[in-house]
Order: sequence, then C-alpha cells, then structure tokens
Amino acid sequence: MVSQTVSSFPDGTQPILDISNLNVYYGESHILRNVDLSVGPGKMVCLIGRNGVGKTTLLKTILGLLSPRTGNIVLEGHSLLSQTPDQRARLGIGYVPQGREIIPSLTVQENLILGLEARPQGRQKSDTIPEQVFQLFPVLASMLGRMGGDLSGGQQQQLAIARALVGNPRLLVLDEPTEGIQPSIILEIEAAVRRIVETTGVSVLLVEQHLHFVRQADWYYAMQKGGIVASGSTNELSNHVIQEFLAV
Amino acid sequence: MLTSLLDGLFDGISIGSVLLLAALGLAIVFGLMGVINMAHGELMMIGAYTTFVVQNAFKSFGKPWFGAYIFVALICAFLVTALLGLVLERGVIRHLYGRPLETLLATWGVSLILRQFVRSVSWVMVLGLGVFCVLYFGAMTIISRMPNVEKIRGWARIVLLPLSAGIAWAAGSMLGQTYQLAATKPWFGAQNVDVTAPGWLRKGIKLGTYQLPYVRLFILVLTIVCIIGMYMFLQRSAWGLRIRAVTQNRSMSACLGIPTKRVDALTFAIGSGLAGVAGCAVSLLGSVGPNTGQNYIVDTFMVVVVGGVGKLVGSIVAAMAIGIANYMIGANALSPLVSWFPQLAGILEFFANASMAKVLVFALIVTFLQFRPAGIFPQKGRMVDA
Repeated sequence: MVSQTVSSFPDGTQPILDISNLNVYYGESHILRNVDLSVGPGKMVCLIGRNGVGKTTLLKTILGLLSPRTGNIVLEGHSLLSQTPDQRARLGIGYVPQGREIIPSLTVQENLILGLEARPQGRQKSDTIPEQVFQLFPVLASMLGRMGGDLSGGQQQQLAIARALVGNPRLLVLDEPTEGIQPSIILEIEAAVRRIVETTGVSVLLVEQHLHFVRQADWYYAMQKGGIVASGSTNELSNHVIQEFLAV
Repeated sequence: MLTSLLDGLFDGISIGSVLLLAALGLAIVFGLMGVINMAHGELMMIGAYTTFVVQNAFKSFGKPWFGAYIFVALICAFLVTALLGLVLERGVIRHLYGRPLETLLATWGVSLILRQFVRSVSWVMVLGLGVFCVLYFGAMTIISRMPNVEKIRGWARIVLLPLSAGIAWAAGSMLGQTYQLAATKPWFGAQNVDVTAPGWLRKGIKLGTYQLPYVRLFILVLTIVCIIGMYMFLQRSAWGLRIRAVTQNRSMSACLGIPTKRVDALTFAIGSGLAGVAGCAVSLLGSVGPNTGQNYIVDTFMVVVVGGVGKLVGSIVAAMAIGIANYMIGANALSPLVSWFPQLAGILEFFANASMAKVLVFALIVTFLQFRPAGIFPQKGRMVDA
C-alpha cells in the first residue's frame, strides 16, 4: 500500500492524470501535503477518506479552482498549472461537483447545451446533445423543458453526469455523486458510471463514501490529514481500510 | 377627472420609460453581475455627448440627412460607451469582483474622472492620451511576448510609465504651442450643450386637450425595442446562455468550459452600451452637461432594487410604478381622487411638486423594501459568487 505516482503503468500505458508532490494552502493552513496520484486510461480510481481530509480540495485543485503552492498536475503529458478552469475543461476534464450545482433557472436542455462548451473548440453551432446521453439517462429525454432547479436530487445528479459527458471528457471527476440520493437511484448512477467507463474508455476519478460504489473502482487512494496514506486495488480493500477511511 | 388621470398615466409611463431605459444597462451590470457601478450615470452622459458630436457632424450634411442623425447617434452612443465599459471592466472592475465596497469607491472615482474629462477634453489632451496609450501599452504588449516576462514586468512598468507620460506630455505641449487656442480649447467646456431633436421628433399627436410629444413616444418605442432586444439576446443566443450561466454560478460555469472572463467583459460592455443608448435618449429631453448622469443614478438603482435584483421584468414593473407615482403625486393628479378623505388629499397636495413627490416616492420605496427586501420579483437562483 505505497502511495506514489507512476510514469507508466505495468502494461506500458501512460497515466492520463499524473499528480506529483502537490501542496495546497488556504492562507497559511496547509491542506494538501505532498499528494501523489495517478489515473490510468480507461480506469476508475476512487479517492476515499473521512470528511475534511482534503478530497474536495484535491479535486478543486485539479480543476483549477484552487492553486497549489508546489507540485505539478499533468493531464496527458500537458502541465495544467498555468491553465484556467475553462481551459482545463476544454482539455478534457469533465466535472460532476458535490451538490450537483445544476444551474437552477436554466432548463434541462440548456444545462446540457452548456456541457458542449467543454469540447476542445468550444461549443460550435453544429454541436448537438449526443443521443447516448439519453440512452444512459432516459429520464432526461422527457424533461428537456423543465427547469434544472425543479428536478429531484437523483434527476439532478443524472443531469450533472450527462452535462459533463456531452463535452466528451478524457477524465471524468465525480465528487460524491451518491450524496443525498435515494438508494435505488444510487444503483442506477453506479451502473451508469461503470457503463461510461466500459463503453467510452473515459477515465474516472471518483470521491465516494458509499462502499458498494467504491468497490466498482479499479484502484483506490486513501487520504488522511491532507495526504495520501494508502492505495491499492479495490479487490484488496480490507475491513481495516474500510473502517478507517470510509466511516464518516 | 378621467382625462387628467389618463394624461397623468401617459406622462407617468413616459417618465417610467426614460427611467427604464436608464436602468436597463444597470439591470445587466448590477442586477446580473452584482457590480455596483457608480459610473453608470457618467456612461449615460458620455452617450449624450456622443449624440451631441454626431448631431454636429450631421449638421454639415444638410437638412434631409440631419433628420436621420439620431439613428446613427444611437449606434455610436452604444459603441462608444460599450468600448468605454470594456476598458473600465478590464482595467478596474475585473480586479475587484466579489469586493463590493472597493468596486463602489473605484467606480465613483471613475465617475469623477469622466465628469472632469468632458469638461477638459481638448485636442492636446486627446493627443497626449493617444501617445501615452500607444507607447505604454504597445511596449507592454511587446514585453509580454518576451521570454522570462515575469522577471522584467515590474521593472518595465517602473521605467515605461514615467517615460510614456513624459513623451505624451511633451507631444501635447508641442501641439499646444504650435496651434495655440485651436488645440488647447476644451471641446465642450463646463457649460451644458444642447442637442436639437430632428424636425420629425419635434411635433406631437393632439389628443383632445393633450399633446402627445413624438420625442416621448420615440423614447417609449426605443425602450421597448431595447427590452425585446436584450430579452432575445439573453434567451436565444449562445452568449446570452453563457451570461445567464455565469451570473448564476461562476465557478461551475468555468468548470464547464465557459470563458468566464470574456463573458464578464461582454456583459459589462453591453450594460455600458445600454447606458449610452439611454444617454442618447435623455439628450432629446434637455440640455447635456457633465452632471447629466447624476440626475438618473439614484433613480436607476431604485428601479433595479425595487424590481428585484437580476430580474428584467421586475425592472420594467418598478420603472413604470416609480414613473407613474412620481408624476401622479408631483402633478397633483391623485388628490382629486381622494377628495372624500380630506386629510389624505391635504397630504398629497403638500407633496404636489417635482422634488417633494420624489421625497414621498423614495419614502414609499424605503417602506416597501422593509417588507420585501428582495424587491417585487425576488431572485431565486444564486448571485454571482466571485
């Protein structure tokens, strides 16, 4: 259970996301400490840890909403440090935030159209919402005219994932997608994310507390006090790790 | 009594439409972006002065062309103030998002600068400013393309700023000495200037004893066109969708790939451009001076706040309500309606002049906001968060 980044994986593939020696501060408070993390192509990596250990801070730093004091973030060979959040989105990072953050006074269709902005050339006139999104989340097809703020929590979560997907991301970042969602919808979301990885080859970096969902991932990183303290295959997730890092 | 009531209603709508046109730009800048722009009135004033300049240019073209100058002036006023707004956003406001007090003070400072600028602007000043901008910003652009720019940027500023200012001052002085008064005389001066409405706007429709001036109708139509145009832009265009997204959730919009800085600049430029259009319209109603915008700034903020910050429909209702209330109270059109209640009629008669009517309307607004602090149509989404 050693935490370190890899220049290439055992099968010779390059990591799609490679974070090395990342240190982030809020003022003088040291939040992230020497974080190293890698996500392989087409892999689903889960970040676990108790509340307040810095998981969301790490995601926000990857997205460019926070600036690290030291360290590097590399996406497919390109350093992201000088890129703004919108440039990072167009480089292929799709984001599903904690709390979903659907734009409430825009319709479902308008929220989905906004997702097209993340395509490398930005939104073009000829761009349309891909049909695959509605195959993954059929409920959205019948709600295109409804306001985003009027949807239930589960529907908003599906819309948030769909919105990130229409930008054709190379890396999908999900921050606690099952938080506050009813159990039946959690299973739907789990299945959808797994299907996305299998069918599109997109890599996923997931922050999650729900054990069943964590087990869907290929690899896990455990965080404590702002640092990565353990990592390994989710097949090897021991009861000790689960109790230490998943109990809220 | 009914005729005077209808007269009062139309005059109120007419005043309300001027207020609304002035508030429309503010509804975008303050309402949607959350930026308290104290220089909004001065942007209106610049729009009014642009109209004056275009009018003078068209005078030389002769009579048939002069009748059409107002349309060219509207476009020019929009473009000039939009460009000025763009410079203001990129130079000042961009650095102050999320800091309302600093924004208020900085834009108030800008309003003072703009007022003094129109008093003092002359060929010497324009040449000096032009030379300074070309030298300083041109050199900074070249430097920004050099390697290791961060290391030399600070020193470059320290050297370039006095150097560019010195050369600009010298160039201005040389022009002043060569051409004397022709170059140093202020274009407008401190005195008010008059904009003459085209001939076809100086007439009116006679309705019984009441004359409906075409100028007022023109402003009413212009207001409606601007509202429909803004609504269509915000609801139907790609940039409108981006603006609506960014103003509701800036960080999420950025994570979706929306260039938020460009959206901010565009939104501010459009809001400023609308202030210019409003300035063009008010120049038809009276003389234009450096303080023209000051007469409208408080009223326009009231319209946006009473309507509900971020709600265009709220601004429309509030502008009409404030305009009608102002006129009805000021023209003593309400007291005959309540003659059965002599005490109330007496109070209304006490407030029956323009300045006292404003006092009563503002008192009513303050009372209204005690009960509905978020205005007639409260915002449901999130305001701009950074």
